[in-house]
Amino acid sequence: MSILVNKDTRLVVQGITGKAGTFHTQQCMDYGTQVIAGVTPGKGGQLWENSVPICNTVKESVSEYGANASVIYVPPPFAADSILESIEAEIPLIICITEGIPIRDMAEVRHALNKSTSKSRLIGPNCPGIITPGECKIGIMPGYIHKPGRVGVVSRSGTLTYEAVWQLTQSGLGQSTCIGIGGDPINGTSQKDAVQLFNEDPDTDAIIMIGEIGGNAEEEACKYIKEFVKKPIAGFIAGASAPKGRTMGHAGAIISESGGGTAEAKFEAMEDAGVKIALNPSKIADALMTCYSG
Amino acid sequence: MNIHEYQAKDLLDQYKVAVPRGISACNEAEIDSAIKSLNSSDLLVVKAQIHAGGRGKGTFTDGYQGGVKLCDSPSKAKETALRMLGNDLVTKQTGPQGRKVQTLYFTEACDIDHEYYLALLLDRESAKTVIIASTEGGVDIETVAENTPEKIIRVSIDADLGLKPHHCRSIAFKLGFSGAQIKEFSVILNGLYKLFTEKNAEMVEINPLVSDKKGSLIALDAKVSFDGNALYKHPDIARLRDTNEEDPKEVEASQFNLNYIALEGNIACMVNGAGLAMATMDIIKSYGGEPANFLDVGGGATEEQVTAAFKIILSDPNVKGILVNIFGGIMQCDIIAKGIVSAAKNVSLSVPLVVRLEGTNVDAGKAILRESGLELSPADSLAEAAQIITDKVSK
Repeated sequence: MSILVNKDTRLVVQGITGKAGTFHTQQCMDYGTQVIAGVTPGKGGQLWENSVPICNTVKESVSEYGANASVIYVPPPFAADSILESIEAEIPLIICITEGIPIRDMAEVRHALNKSTSKSRLIGPNCPGIITPGECKIGIMPGYIHKPGRVGVVSRSGTLTYEAVWQLTQSGLGQSTCIGIGGDPINGTSQKDAVQLFNEDPDTDAIIMIGEIGGNAEEEACKYIKEFVKKPIAGFIAGASAPKGRTMGHAGAIISESGGGTAEAKFEAMEDAGVKIALNPSKIADALMTCYSG
Repeated sequence: MNIHEYQAKDLLDQYKVAVPRGISACNEAEIDSAIKSLNSSDLLVVKAQIHAGGRGKGTFTDGYQGGVKLCDSPSKAKETALRMLGNDLVTKQTGPQGRKVQTLYFTEACDIDHEYYLALLLDRESAKTVIIASTEGGVDIETVAENTPEKIIRVSIDADLGLKPHHCRSIAFKLGFSGAQIKEFSVILNGLYKLFTEKNAEMVEINPLVSDKKGSLIALDAKVSFDGNALYKHPDIARLRDTNEEDPKEVEASQFNLNYIALEGNIACMVNGAGLAMATMDIIKSYGGEPANFLDVGGGATEEQVTAAFKIILSDPNVKGILVNIFGGIMQCDIIAKGIVSAAKNVSLSVPLVVRLEGTNVDAGKAILRESGLELSPADSLAEAAQIITDKVSK
C-alpha cells in the first residue's frame, strides 16, 4: 500500500550521534522503522544507544548491513557531501532533512543524481521526510497524525503537510504514503515525480498535492496531471498573500520581481489540469472529498 | 543577501571587470575627499546607495527629483550629494516610505554609445548557471523579455565544463561586438562567472553594460546578491551586509533565529513552519483581514524565542490582534503553551490573542492556556482561529 518505503526498508542514519539524529532515530524506531545502521565518521565499530551499529562510511552500511535507504541529519555545511556519499554508495533512496544547504552545493548534487550511472533518488533537502503509515517513518513528522489508507500526499512544506494529513485522518481518509519534497529551490524529487509515482501505484486511489509560491514545480506537475492522471486529485498553494521579491521562509518560496511563481498562476494551472483546489488551507481534505469518498 | 552598488563595483574590479572609477562617502568630509580624489575636470555622477532599483527615476520624500545625477562641476556634485544624504528616496521598489540614503557613490561619467544587458543566475529547473544578455540594456529587462523575447540571449553553462571561450565569443557576436570588443567582453564575462561561482552569488546583473564612444566596454551599474546559506564560506562577503537597509524588526528576529518579514496589515501571526505560516497569512486574508507579518518560529522554538517573537510583533504599532497557529509535531503543544503564557505575561499583552494548537500533547497545552488566567481565545481549527481574530480586529 505504498511508494518508495515500506516495512522492508532498511535504513541507515547519517549523523546518527548528533542531537537531531539521536532524537529522530528513536522516534522512527518507536514507529517501527527498521534502522539497521548509523554513520558517524570516526565512531565506526561503536553502538548507538547500545543497539544500532555505527559505521564510518555509508558504503560500509550497505556492504555490512544491507542498507537500502539513508536519512541525513547532518549540519548544512556538510549535508551535500553526505548526499554525494550516499549516491556513490548507490543507496536507492536518500532522504535529506537538513535545512540551509547552499544552493550551489545542491546544484552539484543534482548533477550527480542526473548522471546515467546514478542509482539514487533524493527526497529533500529541507523536508520533513517520507512516511508509509503503519509501516515505515523516515524523518521528523509526528507519526500519530497519520493513518494507513489509500491517499497519496506530496508537499513542499512540513507543518502544512501535517495540517493536511490531520484533516484527512480526521475525515477517515488514510494515506498510502506522504512525501515532503522540501522547500529549497533545487531538490531531488519534484512534485511531478511524486505525483507520477502515486499515479502508477496500484495502492494509491487519490492524490493531494500541496505547493508554495516560487518556481514552476506545480506547473510542471500539472502538465503531467492533465495528460496522465485519472485518479481524484486535490491541491493547495500557500503564499497567495505573500509580497513580491521577498523569500517567505523557504529558500524556494519567492515570487520573482518579474512576477513568476505566483499562487494565481499555480491555481490556474491546477484548475486547467482538473485538480480540485482548496480555497483555504483548512479545506484541503474537503476539496478532495468533493471528488473522492474513500 | 543584497549589497550596495559601490560594494558590487569594488568586487567587479577585483575580478577584472571594467567599471568607472568611483569612491563612496557617508559624510561631508568623505564627500569632499571623494570629489577631490576623483579629480575630474569634467562630468561626475552622484549616485544614492540604497538596496532598490529605479533610483534614477526616484523622488525623495521632500520632493527632490532623482537619486542618480550627472554634475558638471565639483561644487555641483557636493551640493547634490548633500541634498541626497540623509534624505529618503522613493523608487518603484521601495514602497511609499522610501529608504534613507546613508551612502553616496561618486563615479566618473561615461560617454555612452550603446547600452547592453548582461546577467548570471542559477536556474532552479536545470540547476545550471544561465547567462542572460541583450542588446537592449539600460531598461527594465522583464519588459524586453515580454515585448521582444527574440532580443534575449540565454546560454546555460554545464557546471563540470564551466564557461568556455566559445560561449563568450558566441554571445559577443550576438550582441554585435567586433574586433577588440570581443576580447574585452570575454574578460568581463569570465570575471563575472568567476565572481558568481566563487562567492556563491545568487545573481550578478550588469544593467547597463555600455560601450563608450571609443568602443570600450564598461559596467556602468551592478547589482549583486548572495546566497544567505553560503555566507559562512565567505566572511568577506558577510561583512558587506548593511542592516540599515533592513527592517529593524527583521534584524532583531534574525538574532533569535526567527524568520520574520514585516507586512502592511494589522493581524500579527506566529506560526511554526514556513508553509503553514504562509497558509495562515492566506487564511487571514480570505476572512477579510490583513496579515501584519510572516513569522516562522521554526521546528524547535524555545520559551526565549517565543518571548522574543511576541516582543517583535508587538513592536509594530499597526498590530491590532495576534493569531498563534502551532501544529505541534516533534514540538509539543504543552511546551509551546507554557512559552505563550510566560511570554504574554512578560510583554503585558494589550491586543486580542487567538491561539490554535494542534498536534502532540494538545490537551495538556490547551489546559495550560485555560488555567493561565490570560485573556485569550482558543480555537480548534485554522478556519475558526482566522474567523475569531478577523472579527475581533474589525470591531
